Amino acid sequence: MTHLISDGETATGRDQDGVTAVRGRRRSIGTVLARWASDGWRPLLALLFLLFIWWLITAIELAPPYLVPSPQETWRTIVENPGYLWDNTVVTAYETLAAFVLSVVFGLLAAVAMVYSRTVEKTAYPLLVLAQVVPKIALAPLFVVWLGFGLTPKILIALLIAFFPVVVSGYVGLRSIDPEMLDLASTMGAGPIQKFLRFRFPASLPHLFSGLKVAVTLAVTGAVVGEFVGSNKGLGNVILEANGNVNTALLFAALIVLSALGVVLFLLVELIERLVMPWHTTVREASVTTTS
Amino acid sequence: MQKQPPLSSAVSIDGVGVQFRTKRADVTALDNVTVDVREREFVSIVGPSGCGKSTLLKLVAGLVRPTSGSITLRGEPVTSPRSDIGFVFQKAALLEWRTVRRNITLQGEMRRMPKAEIARRTAELIEMTGLAGFEDAMPHELSGGMQQRVSLCRALLHQPPVLLMDEPFGALDALTREQMNSELHRIWQETRTTVLLVTHSVAEAVYLSERVLVMSRRPGRVLEVLPVELPDRNDYSKAMASAEFGARTARIRELLGARTAHD
Ligand SMILES: Nc1ncnc2c1ncn2[C@@H]1O[C@H](COP(=O)(O)OP(=O)(O)O)[C@@H](O)[C@H]1O
Ligand SMILES: [Mg+2]
Repeated sequence: MTHLISDGETATGRDQDGVTAVRGRRRSIGTVLARWASDGWRPLLALLFLLFIWWLITAIELAPPYLVPSPQETWRTIVENPGYLWDNTVVTAYETLAAFVLSVVFGLLAAVAMVYSRTVEKTAYPLLVLAQVVPKIALAPLFVVWLGFGLTPKILIALLIAFFPVVVSGYVGLRSIDPEMLDLASTMGAGPIQKFLRFRFPASLPHLFSGLKVAVTLAVTGAVVGEFVGSNKGLGNVILEANGNVNTALLFAALIVLSALGVVLFLLVELIERLVMPWHTTVREASVTTTS
Repeated sequence: MQKQPPLSSAVSIDGVGVQFRTKRADVTALDNVTVDVREREFVSIVGPSGCGKSTLLKLVAGLVRPTSGSITLRGEPVTSPRSDIGFVFQKAALLEWRTVRRNITLQGEMRRMPKAEIARRTAELIEMTGLAGFEDAMPHELSGGMQQRVSLCRALLHQPPVLLMDEPFGALDALTREQMNSELHRIWQETRTTVLLVTHSVAEAVYLSERVLVMSRRPGRVLEVLPVELPDRNDYSKAMASAEFGARTARIRELLGARTAHD
């Protein structure tokens, strides 16, 4: 009877469980931030190295300053135009966040509809994939024609781009639940709403958040593209204007601020992820997140 | 367990057949299965892998609809998922975002049991199954065997009149398994619960059950229903050493055939 020596715990195995069970579990904002601080030094070091290369290129004048401004020059531009850069950052951040929130709302609604209706699923999913093939950036000029130079067309472009990863990750996540888990819910007398709120939705969170992280970075891209096409505000516009004036220092400054915005928004989503599902992040501590 | 006045039937499976429609072919999982389980009875189901044991339990819970025949649970025909049962699934099926304790209390929360009662029952069950000290652990921090114990606690929390268990101790080591068997025997005697247990272990089936249902290879049919009477089940080693135990396990192994025995 091989089951008598089946895998699983032994007397010592239980002791080991005792050890693992003590390890970090519930996470406060403090512990998450501490974790980042301890994980963050490697990428920071790499960043410093890149900064050094950049400085070296300008120091030995490998490229003329009007093409590649030095780090010092770029930094001076940033600190000399704090109001200008800040105001435009706020605009781009607003567009990005509005688009992101809307993409989460609509993306989740669409995912739920696809999971609960075979008809919607069979109709919408192929369309979604098709829509993903269409370069949505190419629609930006059209939106400007239709909606003018306000913030709406930028939000719309960013929303359109961010929507796809949300809906796909939401759909995959909501379907990822083990059917046996839903059987369990049935034996507990759960109705459809309870099954969704207590079982299906929490089970979808790991997938969903990986989609959200992609979506938030895409939303930044979408907002900037929207600004490129037609606007007089936002970091995208700053880049265009700087480009027109061959003010590469300002262009570099705007790029850096823009990257910082993207990183901050990404980390914000990750922070929420770690707070919402501490159980999951402890499992796959080492895994790398893709951010297209 | 000695002669009792006739009890009404808790589970009645009447000429049940189940066919699964898959892309490649139709699978007949069960064929003309008829069993009656009396109230408070302990019945085990043994049979080769894929013979429909899990399907049989799910039928009783109303999670799978029969293609033919009918099922009655506690006097009521089973037509939709039933909640007047406790179910221990083959996989522990724990909610990985809840702690051990909150996985167990979920059962009571879903049923809107009073908070104090949920807490009391949970503490009792955690103590009984040896999970004390792991209340706040997350499922992924537990071994398979411990996860299965959490699942057992969850199934028992609301003191269900019928307990359905699908290979609950498959992931346990031999020692813990024996302990859990004695424990389950005690729970069964105390709670007056009807138990249907699917197991791969012939010894476990014989030790725990009043009757053992032996099933054939797929399509699953009932080969034989063997009554078991052991002299003293409260003493595990004595029960296992008895002549009756030896005779019953031998007979079941014979029915299953040496080839089909998994264990
Ligand atoms: N939902 C399902 N869809 C299709 N086939 C299934 C389904 N559930 C079980 N089966 C098939 O029915 C047979 C019996 O399954 P099961 O009851 O799980 O067997 P056991 O628990 O005895 O190993 C198997 O051949 C299995 O592949
Ligand atoms: Mg099975």
